Amino acid sequence: METGLLLPDLDDEVAAPFWEACSRSELVVQMCAACGKSRMPPRPMCPHCRSVVATWAPTSGTGTIWSYVVPHPPLLPAYAELAPYNAIVVALDEDPTIRFVGNLVTSANGAINEIDPATIRIGEKVRVVFTTIDDVTLPRWVRAG
Amino acid sequence: MKDRTAIVGIGQTAFGKGLADSELSLACQAISAAIDDASLTPGEVDGLSMFSMEEGREVEVARNVGLGDITYFSEVGYGGGAGCGVVGHAAMAVATGQCNVAVAWRARKRASKTSRPWSQVPGRIAGHWQWSRPFGVVRPVDEIAMLTRRYMHEFGATRDHLANVAIASRKHANRNPLATMYDKKLSREQYMEGRWISEPLCLFDNCLETDGALAVVITSAERARDLAQPPAFIHAFAQSIPQQHQVMTNYFCDDPLIGPAYACASRLWERSDIKPADVPVAQLYDAFSPLIPLSLEGYGFCERGEGAAFTENGALEWPNGRLPTNTSGGGMSEAYVHGFNLVLEGVRQCRGTSTSQVEGAENCLVTSGEGVPTSALLLRA
Ligand SMILES: [Zn+2]
Repeated sequence: METGLLLPDLDDEVAAPFWEACSRSELVVQMCAACGKSRMPPRPMCPHCRSVVATWAPTSGTGTIWSYVVPHPPLLPAYAELAPYNAIVVALDEDPTIRFVGNLVTSANGAINEIDPATIRIGEKVRVVFTTIDDVTLPRWVRAG
Repeated sequence: MKDRTAIVGIGQTAFGKGLADSELSLACQAISAAIDDASLTPGEVDGLSMFSMEEGREVEVARNVGLGDITYFSEVGYGGGAGCGVVGHAAMAVATGQCNVAVAWRARKRASKTSRPWSQVPGRIAGHWQWSRPFGVVRPVDEIAMLTRRYMHEFGATRDHLANVAIASRKHANRNPLATMYDKKLSREQYMEGRWISEPLCLFDNCLETDGALAVVITSAERARDLAQPPAFIHAFAQSIPQQHQVMTNYFCDDPLIGPAYACASRLWERSDIKPADVPVAQLYDAFSPLIPLSLEGYGFCERGEGAAFTENGALEWPNGRLPTNTSGGGMSEAYVHGFNLVLEGVRQCRGTSTSQVEGAENCLVTSGEGVPTSALLLRA
């Protein structure tokens, strides 16, 4: 089991609904209640119309790999143990400017170092999965191609 | 504020690892040396401009160095983005009469709590880091590697291009006896065999980790003409937080490869009589090698996507390159003190005293952190 990872603060007022949705296996994106524009990362005010009222909209949960890295030590101990592992940025299918940082795995509970990094390609199709660590559910990604 | 102020004094401590002195002590030593270099006295200093990350506070610096009454003090945030910013703020304060003689500086020890926040184990992650760190994008090198991979994909940049940057800096450091890497050569083979830190970036794509401090003294152009050193006039200054920018993990805007350099450059050149084609030498912020091609594009030395190709054929190397860059060795081979050594090297190029002096250089561009809210200076002789 992965322990000692840097996990999000579930009490963050702006982001809490995102992490709550993850715990229900839903990938959501913050949407302005006034003008309907989506924004990621979430924030208190809509930069388009300045409304502070927001809702959370479901997403397709599918996207493409926009970029990726393969970290090696020196790293914090929890990450050093897993290194080399992959980290990816995914561009969402319905709006490629909505992006998420994540990891490419073979299954929801797969390790972030189980895929040979040499096989990862920008542009690969991926689909969201969810894994729970302590009290946090993180979105991760599997190949959808 | 064009040419109304000048850098008239520079000072620095030795560079090293595990220096015994505190950051405050290092700051005071560098400031003291810069005041001496300017042929001024501490009592004449009435302005202070420093990095927000500075551990030694203004009050302590003033009490230690024996400064006069301080009538202007300010700070600039965002780590490596602040280098030209603190100089620019000092210059604006002098130009508007808020103070007459200002010092700006950076002191840094790698083991300090404030210097490498990512290496401290925090509790839960709030704010914008929660969108990257839980997934193992933990260090600055991981954050920039993500942009680098995309840059290589979009524009055909290669590791050979990144090696061009690392090798140019090292060659310059090999000519600078004060540089950390003065007696260490770097070949392309060594670069290619360097261990990975965050693929696609290897050890030699990273800046050094350095203890040390550097400072500059800024005063009015009129006063500068009576002082000991040839003035490096502050011809133009700009800062930028581009629209929808996010610090380091700038993955969430429409085009993440349009970094802070673009917005900073547009204002800088607007305020400048000198244009990119007239710039003979540059000090470009280099915490990581890919920031050089990105900055070459952002500051208008080439078109978007051409920064990597620009580095070919020794373009960054003294003396014959198209744009000798980081002529003291920069952050990658002289010292990494949040880019403040680049400011001092810019002054030396204007004075004609660099160890890799570009003959007849009449100006020098200096930039600060790319990937963070940034700043830039155009200095001229
Ligand atoms: Zn709105």
